[in-house]
Amino acid sequence: MTLRDALICFNGLLQRELLRFVQQRSRFFSALVRPLLWLVVFASGFRAALGIAIIAPYETYITYEVYIVPGLCAMIILFNGMQSSLSMVYDREMGSMRVLLVSPMPRPFLLLSKLMATSLISLLQVYGFLVIAWFWGVEAPLWGYLTALPAFLLVAMMLSAIGLFISAKIKQLENFAGVMNFVIFPMFFLSSALYPLWKMREASEWLYWICAWNPFSHGVELIRFALYQQVNSTALSIVIVVTLVASIVAVRGFQPQQGMGKR
Amino acid sequence: MSIIIRNLSFSYGSLNALQDINLALQEGCFNALLGPNGAGKSTLFALLSRLYALQSGEITIAGHSIAHHPAQVMRKLGVVFQQSTLDLDLSVAQNLYYHAALHGMSKRQALPRITEELARFDLSQRLHDKVRTLNGGHRRRVEIARALLHQPEILLLDEPSVGLDPATRESLNLHIRQLCRQQQLTVLWATHLIEEVQNDDPVTILFKGRILASDTADQLCQQHQSADISTLFRSLTGTST
Repeated sequence: MTLRDALICFNGLLQRELLRFVQQRSRFFSALVRPLLWLVVFASGFRAALGIAIIAPYETYITYEVYIVPGLCAMIILFNGMQSSLSMVYDREMGSMRVLLVSPMPRPFLLLSKLMATSLISLLQVYGFLVIAWFWGVEAPLWGYLTALPAFLLVAMMLSAIGLFISAKIKQLENFAGVMNFVIFPMFFLSSALYPLWKMREASEWLYWICAWNPFSHGVELIRFALYQQVNSTALSIVIVVTLVASIVAVRGFQPQQGMGKR
Repeated sequence: MSIIIRNLSFSYGSLNALQDINLALQEGCFNALLGPNGAGKSTLFALLSRLYALQSGEITIAGHSIAHHPAQVMRKLGVVFQQSTLDLDLSVAQNLYYHAALHGMSKRQALPRITEELARFDLSQRLHDKVRTLNGGHRRRVEIARALLHQPEILLLDEPSVGLDPATRESLNLHIRQLCRQQQLTVLWATHLIEEVQNDDPVTILFKGRILASDTADQLCQQHQSADISTLFRSLTGTST
């Protein structure tokens, strides 16, 4: 495979994902409803109950809406990543995976390119959400929207790779409902997306440790700091390592016949 | 350039789908793979197209081992799956460009090939139509055109006529035979419909994961003293098609 072939192939994959995204505009809007409900309804109700002390990267007291936005960005990425990874293993609607897999390009390249392409598409949804959040009064520094871009992409790759690994390895999770109940919700709720971890520690030491070990927490913190033009080096290191390990394990463990034999 | 299969076996857990398959396709010919549903045809196709990993045995395609040189193999191979793999919401052109990109072909390189292949199948006018608006026969033709875009030497078709009316089925079959003659394309056409096989076709009869017979239809009938391939198939497999 030459570099030229690789670029043409990746470009083709990205264009296809973009075309599908444009075709399914309604899915784009419905994907925004979920985080907006959290922001507008949940955060408004929760604001009174939860006081946020001054914690990095924030320099002053913040409202709960400001706290929750990075977590909701990560939630959009989490749902998209899991959904697209699950469909790579199980969804043979129109057999698009078969077309992908009969390409002469190396399979790890194809799988990682597809993960990257779907990750880039989910960034469109994240920025769509951030625009609405901005109108709702949750503003990050202007440059923060740019510095957060690599963080969004890295977290998207991490979550997609974890999703691909989980979908390929755990046979019981054969539909999105299963993934939602046993992967997405625990990952989301046992993280720093909705509440700072010190707050969780006040409630329960062992819950705190689960949250602290959850890679999703580090993804959320990486995004939170990047949105305020800062680097959380612990979060960055953990996200990079988890992304690399999950990508290698997921690609090595990807067996198309597993999904094909099941339906 | 052909396909050579040696000692190929494959199982789903304890179920043996293919057992000790040995087969060499005839170059530049329409090779028919005949077998009832569940004979193992789709499993064989999945192995030939690398959707499944080999468990035992070996496959050589166009002189390259599928296990050791997959990229070279896939460049020589065009595949049409039993179930449609077109994206219904995209146009014919978008589907074809996607396939071309997966084979490292830029849009500039792909366009003349797309134009040529669609013209061959009388589909030039449908280039920008959504696949959803095409009938079953046209969709199949687009899939075949797509499989030929990168100019493979071997074309695999897994029950390509399933779900088509008899007239469309026949015209598709004739089209592929024409391709064999014009381009010296080696074709493996899996089917359970005996009327799609002609007397001089190399035929392999697959049943319950084993090859029961393999030669030209004429030769097989002579060897087994059968009136025709249909009678032979019934007597070998105990089934009707």
